Amino acid sequence: MKNYNVIIIGGGITGFSTAYYLKKLGVKKVAIIEKDYPGAGSTGRCGTGIRQQFTTKEHIILMRESVKLWQEWETELEYPIHFRQGGYLWLLRNAEETKRYEEYIKLQNMLGVPSKIISKNEIKEIVPYINLNDIDSASFCPTDGNAYPQDVINSLKNEIEKANYEILYERVIDIKIKNNLIKEIVTDRNIYSAGFVVNGAGNESKKIASMLNINLPLENYRHQILVSEPLEIFISPMIVKGELYFTQTYRGRVIGGTDTNETPTESLNTTINFLEKFASEIIATMPILSGIKIMRVWSGFYVVTPDHHPILGPTQISNFILGCGYSGHGFMLGPIVGKILASYIVNGNFFLEEANKLTLERFKTGKLIYEKAVIG
Amino acid sequence: MSKDKIIICRCEDITLSEIEEAFNLGFKNLESIRRFLKIGTGPCQGKTCIPMLQKILANLKNEKEIENITSRPPENPIPLGMFIGEAKDEKL
Repeated sequence: MKNYNVIIIGGGITGFSTAYYLKKLGVKKVAIIEKDYPGAGSTGRCGTGIRQQFTTKEHIILMRESVKLWQEWETELEYPIHFRQGGYLWLLRNAEETKRYEEYIKLQNMLGVPSKIISKNEIKEIVPYINLNDIDSASFCPTDGNAYPQDVINSLKNEIEKANYEILYERVIDIKIKNNLIKEIVTDRNIYSAGFVVNGAGNESKKIASMLNINLPLENYRHQILVSEPLEIFISPMIVKGELYFTQTYRGRVIGGTDTNETPTESLNTTINFLEKFASEIIATMPILSGIKIMRVWSGFYVVTPDHHPILGPTQISNFILGCGYSGHGFMLGPIVGKILASYIVNGNFFLEEANKLTLERFKTGKLIYEKAVIG
Repeated sequence: MSKDKIIICRCEDITLSEIEEAFNLGFKNLESIRRFLKIGTGPCQGKTCIPMLQKILANLKNEKEIENITSRPPENPIPLGMFIGEAKDEKL
């Protein structure tokens, strides 16, 4: 039976980021178990956005720190990840919305995030062609941005392979415990043992935890998204209006989605209802886009917790830790979550105080933290 | 003809030598090579290059058949404006 210091279940942003920080902390033998190809789950399906404009202290601080790490990744990783700080521009439709976002901005500013309310004229200067008829103002944070998910995964993969970390293309089918410790991880091909096991399995995190009789309060919600044909780049921020969001990738494609307000599902089909809702919302926001051709529609999961915050760290099994339930924000949180989990494994603590409030324990004690700003 | 002059994907400008390099870097199946090189993700939706990539991979891996890509709607690029006021409850 092959033994590793750490085995990570799931080859998405959580797994690769955690492995990257384990490498920095000098851990020798690490493996990621991935049942498909790296980034095949929610990471590769996501909307590329990275923002700090949240409404709780925990989310704002985690994302403020994550953006610092995104900046580091952009310079220190060998392959480009196309991290761009074009900002998030949140269109506000009336004076009441503006007032509400002014409150969020107060908290964001207090915690060091440079968001602000901007006028219609300032909106025009940041991005052209926005229909401003039904707009009052916008909440704008210039240090928010986006990155290209698949390039991020491939770049991290390259870094951890330099440390001889392994990626095992297998499916976990059982986990066996003895004396409250994971003894064996059984896959469809092999059996492994490990000092620590990380559950970063995205929409299958609940299933993995259930192998240990741990019930995670997670539900999978399908969200649809599309890309257009490539165009010269003219949209630099992520634009948000109500449930709609869209931006342009470095490859010139307009990418965006909207919420179809569905109940939890395991289906990854796409629907004409999504296309209709998205088309009418984006054309009302930026009429010039009615002529652009869409190339691909797909869907992925928001793995949602009751309070829309992730579940990080320890469980009742002392060598089994969690990184899941990001509720639609897993990609943007990826760098900080990887650093937090690696620190927990090596040093026995999260190096960031706010993470202590995001453990599984909060669902027992009832100390939930509600996030009001969830989009798409 | 030199392999860096043989263009396999015209939308994304990917050559045969780039495919072989990616393969040697460890991107050994269709979906991962596609996401690394972006081959087959342009406006033609991979109709020209994916069958060629499958043949190239079959040769490199010494296998008879290579899996197909997940095809995503629409079949051909369609302007966004077409979807305003379309019929409800129809699955793509």
